[in-house]
Order: sequence, then structure tokens, then C-alpha cells
Amino acid sequence: MWLELGNLIGSLINQLTFLPDWVRFLISGLIGIVGILLLVVVGQLITLYWERKLIAQFQVRTGLMRVGWHGTLQPIADALKVLLKEDIVPNRADKVVFSLAPVAALVPILLSFAVYPFGPSTILRDLNIGILYALAIASTSVIGVFMAGWSSNNKFALIGAMRTVAQMVGYEVPLVLSVVGVILLTGLLPGAPVQVSPLSTIAIVNLQAQLHAPLFVVQPLGLLVYFIAQLAELNRTPFDIMEAENELTAGYHTEYSGFRFAIFYLAEYTAALGFCILLSTLFFGGWLLFGLENFVPPVLVVLGKAFFFFSVLVWIRATLPRLRIDQLMGFCWKFLVPLALANVIITGLVVAIWPNDLAVIPMVALAVVEWAALFAALWLAGGARPRQKVVRVPPRRLVSPLGDMRPGEI
Amino acid sequence: MEVGDVALTIAFVVLAVVAVAGAGGVLVARNIFHSALFLVLVFVAVAGLYITLSADFIAAIQVLVYAGAVAVLLLFAIMLTHDSVQGNPWGRFAGPAFFVAALVATVVILVVVQTVWPAVPAVPSEPTSTRIANALFNHWVLPFEVASVVLLAALVGAIVLAREETDVP
Repeated sequence: MWLELGNLIGSLINQLTFLPDWVRFLISGLIGIVGILLLVVVGQLITLYWERKLIAQFQVRTGLMRVGWHGTLQPIADALKVLLKEDIVPNRADKVVFSLAPVAALVPILLSFAVYPFGPSTILRDLNIGILYALAIASTSVIGVFMAGWSSNNKFALIGAMRTVAQMVGYEVPLVLSVVGVILLTGLLPGAPVQVSPLSTIAIVNLQAQLHAPLFVVQPLGLLVYFIAQLAELNRTPFDIMEAENELTAGYHTEYSGFRFAIFYLAEYTAALGFCILLSTLFFGGWLLFGLENFVPPVLVVLGKAFFFFSVLVWIRATLPRLRIDQLMGFCWKFLVPLALANVIITGLVVAIWPNDLAVIPMVALAVVEWAALFAALWLAGGARPRQKVVRVPPRRLVSPLGDMRPGEI
Repeated sequence: MEVGDVALTIAFVVLAVVAVAGAGGVLVARNIFHSALFLVLVFVAVAGLYITLSADFIAAIQVLVYAGAVAVLLLFAIMLTHDSVQGNPWGRFAGPAFFVAALVATVVILVVVQTVWPAVPAVPSEPTSTRIANALFNHWVLPFEVASVVLLAALVGAIVLAREETDVP
């Protein structure tokens, strides 16, 4: 299909018949890598602008307005500014580790983009271990944060790094467990698990094509746990205790400036973008959108979904306050992990009772049980406490009204 | 020799050199934090070696568990240790330690040289997770479960040791 970017590039490369196979393989790989880098950099500029603008709207401000039309050139100006800034390395810092830390934070996140599917064939490499690879590689990004905090020779940076690591190691457990349900269902695909690996990201989207429904319909528990755990892995509000400005100045990147700081920033937003793409792949049908993928390039569908979920992230950031660290860890171990295990058990039971079957009855049963469990869990967590009687105190005026004058009436 | 084989050989050599150099770095670095970072490098390089052996699932688990979790816990422990920046100063046991290490190295080298390593022809990458799952949960299910019980016991023991004793119930 000509709309599919991967097929288009593939057929273009196949025209180069005078080149040996391995050169063509290299060229296709290079095109994929350059494409991903372009997506990351351009995506960074757009998401940065969009986040600041949207936050401003939530706070009833206008936000960026000065540089260019409605401030659209502001991200470019910021990028230039950050590149021109002086690169400062603290005197007693561990200089080698200090300069390697931003790279160690960014590279794993870029690597995880290799298995994100942007269309049936628009993917850098459809690995047998796709989803596991993405989770595994992205989890090593925390080492970069650790290196930054330790090498800065700064107490605030160190405390920030330690908070980050405690949080990320803790939330990795529910994160990985929450994807197990999806993998169990992908194992029901015809041909799985021998010809088609249930861990492949393409297979996960194909499963949703077979179901004629996005996976969140049958995996709401998985979606909830995955969303919250990944939000914590991203260190975004309400989980951004590692850079709580009022306690820690700026957390692990306190001592960073100029380009190195920009790389940390890039890593953070690239991780957010990757999370949005993976979320739409796992639970919201990837490039599928009610048949729209036949008329619009699937790449645009995926990026549109990712953009929507990024807006949800901004919305959450504008709404929720920051959590305390004990609340954070308690929430992880006492709420998310049991919920993720319940999801694994429910999905596993359905798969065990109806093996090799993607029929309507098991899927409806799964959806009913999952949604019931979700609401039960939310009710237990939020509403099950004994309701306290609200005593209404009549509002008392501290200042007596100015006679009979009403505002705006002079 | 085909192009794919050449690429595989290059990948193996690069990964092996990185792994051995990283292991050397773990030993040589005076700063214990640097040692731990070198160890992360070794873990990642070993994961790459698994991929050259078509063991992709093991490679991903190696990165997830060793580079992602074990190394991080190690770094965490180092940061919580008093005076960890000083690393390991020279001790009186340098001589005996060298002797023991040389003995161990001799044994390992002898074993490696004398073993006849069975070589299998390279197989194309296929999903290995199914076969690993079958082996773990059918044939070796008892050792697997025993290992998890042992880990659980260690976990509970660590919590009991780390908890402060309080009079308040």
C-alpha cells in the first residue's frame, strides 16, 4: 500500500538493484535511524512548545507569545540559547563521569525507539523480543541519572538522584507486570508462539486488528497500572519528587548547564514521546483507528495518538500536585503491584480456560471481569473509607459590607 | 565467508574486547563507583554476546535484571556506604590475595583449554522464549519454585534485619 511509509522506502531501496544486498540493508537501517532522530528532535521542539502553551491555557495565561506567531519560534530560540551557553563543570566534580552522564541517560531511550511500530512495516526492526527489549533498554537510562547525581559533587544532586533511583527501581516491577497480560493475549494469535513471537510489537497491534478493538477494552487493569507506572518512570508530575524545586533546587541536574543540560531535557521529553507511542501501541491499537488507517498514512495515526496522549500528560501535570516519597512508594507496592498481579491472574485464567482461542465469549468474559476488578479496586482505594459527616460552617464575613453598595456599581 | 558472518565476527570481537576491558576496569579502578560503572559496561557487553549467540530473550533479561536492577542496587549500596569515594586502599593481604587469584585463574584457564567445546552451526534467530518457558515451567519447575522461595526468604530476612525495633506496636 502506497500510504505505508515503510513499504514506500522499501520499494525505493529495492530499485537500487546494482547494490549488493548488505549495502541495501545498511541503507534501509540508516534511513530508519535518521528518521527516528528527526522525529525525536522535531518532536522535542513541538512537544516543548505544546506543553508550555497548554499549561498556560490551563492556568489562564497566554504563554509564549513573543517570538514568532504565537511564540512558535520560541523552542528554536531556546535551543540556540542553550547551545551557546557556557559549559560549566564544577571544580571538584568527577569530570569523566560528569560528561558521560547525559549520554548514558539519552542513548537507551533512543535505542528503545527501534521497536516502536509506526505502521505494519514502518519499524526499524521487528524483534522477537520487541516489547521486552523496549522495557529493558529504557530501564538502563536510570544509570545516567545516577552518574549525574553522583559526579556533580553536590548534596542536592545526590539526593535527587537517590530519590529517582528508588522510585524507578520500585515502579519497574508493576510496569513489567502490567504488560504481561498483553503478552498473554498476543500468545493466542494464530501461529504464536512459534512462528509469531508474542513479544513482538507488530504482533501486539495485529492482535488488536484481529480483536477489532483496542486492547484497553479487555485490559483496563493493565492500562491503569501501565499508565501510572510509566508516568512514574518518566519522573513527570505527580511523580517528580526527584526535582522538587522547593526541596532540591533542580535534583540530579542541578550542576548541569548549556548543552549537557539540554541533553537531559531531550532525554526526558524523548522518553515521554516514546511512552506515548508505546501506550498507543499496547492499549490503543497502534496504527489502527476504525479503518482510518486505509486512507491516512499509518505513521500519522500513530503520531496523532501519541500527541493526544502527550496532551493528557500535560493535563495531568497541570492538575495534580506532587506526591511525597513515602506516599509514592506505598502506592507502588500496596496498590499497583497487587493490581498488576490480579491482572496477570485474571488474564492467565481466561487464557488457560480457552487456550488458542480469540473468540467473542472469552474476550467478553475477560473484559467484564477486568472492568469489574478495576472499579472494585478504585472503590476500595478511594471510596471505601467510612464517609465522614461534613459539617457546614456558614461563611462568616471578616469585613462588613460597604453599606448597600454592590461591586461595579458606583 | 559471507557478509553476515563478517559482521557477526566484528560484533563478537568488539563486544568481547569491551567485556574484557570493562572487567579489567572493575579490577583496576581505585574509585569503587567507577568500578561499578565498569561492571554495568560488562553486563551490557555480555548481553550483546548473548545476541550473537541467537539468545535474544536471555539478552533482554540480562539488560533488564543485571544492567537495569542489580547494577542500580549496587550503585545505591555504594552511595549509602560511608567514605565510599576512597575505594579500596592497599592492604596487607595483597600477596596472599594475588596467590589465591593466580590459583583460581590457573584452574579456570586449564578447564577452558581442556574442555572440548561442542560447536553448533549458526541458527537463524527464532523466538526462544517459548522453549525457555517450557523448560522452566515443565521440566525444571521444582528448582524454579524453590529458587523463588529462597529469594522470598531472603527478602523477608532483609526486612526483618533492616527494621528498627520499636516499642510501639
